[in-house]
Amino acid sequence: MAYPSAARSSPPRQPSVKVILTSADVQRVVDRIAHQILEKTQGAADTVLLGIPTRGAPLARRLAARISAFEGISVPVGVLDITLYRDDLRRHATRAVGPTQLPAGGIDGMRVILVDDVLFSGRTVRAALDALGDLGRPASVQLAVLVDRGHRQLPIRADYVGKNIPTALAESVKVTLAETDGADEVRLYGEVPR
Amino acid sequence: MIRHLLSGADLDADTATEILDTAAEMAAVAGREVKKLPALRGRTVVNLFYEDSTRTRISFEAAAKRLSADVINFSAKGSSVTKGESLKDTALTLQAMGADAVVVRHPASGAPHRLADWVDGSVVNAGDGTHEHPTQALLDAYTMRSRLGRLAGLSVAVVGDVLHSRVARSNVLLLSTLGAKVTLVGPPTLIPLDIAAALAPGTDVCYDLDAVLPSSDVVMMLRVQRERMNDSYFPSAREYARRYGLDGPRMRRLPEHAIVMHPGPMNRGMEITPEVADSPRSTIVEQVANGVSVRMAVLYLLLGGNNR
Repeated sequence: MAYPSAARSSPPRQPSVKVILTSADVQRVVDRIAHQILEKTQGAADTVLLGIPTRGAPLARRLAARISAFEGISVPVGVLDITLYRDDLRRHATRAVGPTQLPAGGIDGMRVILVDDVLFSGRTVRAALDALGDLGRPASVQLAVLVDRGHRQLPIRADYVGKNIPTALAESVKVTLAETDGADEVRLYGEVPR
Repeated sequence: MIRHLLSGADLDADTATEILDTAAEMAAVAGREVKKLPALRGRTVVNLFYEDSTRTRISFEAAAKRLSADVINFSAKGSSVTKGESLKDTALTLQAMGADAVVVRHPASGAPHRLADWVDGSVVNAGDGTHEHPTQALLDAYTMRSRLGRLAGLSVAVVGDVLHSRVARSNVLLLSTLGAKVTLVGPPTLIPLDIAAALAPGTDVCYDLDAVLPSSDVVMMLRVQRERMNDSYFPSAREYARRYGLDGPRMRRLPEHAIVMHPGPMNRGMEITPEVADSPRSTIVEQVANGVSVRMAVLYLLLGGNNR
């Protein structure tokens, strides 16, 4: 996630960095969410996990792997790219479209659990709900996030939250995962002092 | 990102690959319950067609509509063009109507380039004279990649009336950018002497179709334009078909995996026999379906963001 660059001021002043979750913490949090999903869905029957790229996709696969390890239940996993449903397409240069892969059984009549790394404004989830509506008709939709940092701009909440992190608007939260970035960690970057 | 798509040469390898990758995602929409994406809501695409066309115009129209853009179809027949309105005045009219993109087909080579100077929106060349047809080249490249898994290193024979073919020109430019090896095949009268070197270094010319077939991964047959038949580029239709037409025995000389392409419309029995056109090697129907996906990708990449 981008934070204000120090290009203007010289010498560049680095924002403060705080590690919120270490690698071991991330694993424990994923384990807990997997347990919560099993509990809340009575054994994850008729459930599909859909990860929102980039980092929601590996998180969804990890949750499915943990659910399988805990109870031997195989939950279908997919990827839902929301690029074409974003409400800010025109504010940026054209964004690359990523792959959307639905499980073979589809999502009709299923309980779909959307998985993302950070819940912030809620706009990504809004786009994901629109995309789901064009792909089929799930019985219900839930949301699992590794980190909820607040500052919602839409009436959206998560069903499963790894960690609530109170933040200031100018701060930024950066999630790294082994699959995409080489290591698991969640960091909070402070404001760049002016 | 580029602003207009006027020529196969406008695309570097990265941009062309991005279009093909995006097209692969767009293709998934065709199999969905709701075959529509909201990405171009509120954008206006004008199809400006000064020449007859069915598949290209319908393909662009379907592509724009699947992306939720508003489409205005303009064909020269029955418009103010028949009253003598110039291309520039038509362009200014479209400009005033707020066209975000103009898809133009015109009998004059270079018309889309002129148009690009006159309108603020993006211009997509949908075929200009004997010059270029870049979205056809993109859909051909997409078809080759999805059938054969790659483009780099492929041997592609482009057979027929290269002299008058905008499809051939755009394909040579794009395919050489993407690392394929193109050989132009046809009677000497229909292959300009210096075209290979002028278009892309590494392009070969061969006047003997049978010599090229055993080493080709792709054979792309070009339409013999009937209106050229009387211009003495070749002695007779039968002689052309005998020497440069693709029939069953010739097709069986191709490698096992090779595919046969044709941009349509076909002259069955002239450049291609029904046996070949309807064989499993033929990608002709696939090309039409892929055309919509590729054009969706082009429109999205030109209009989807704030690229001004």
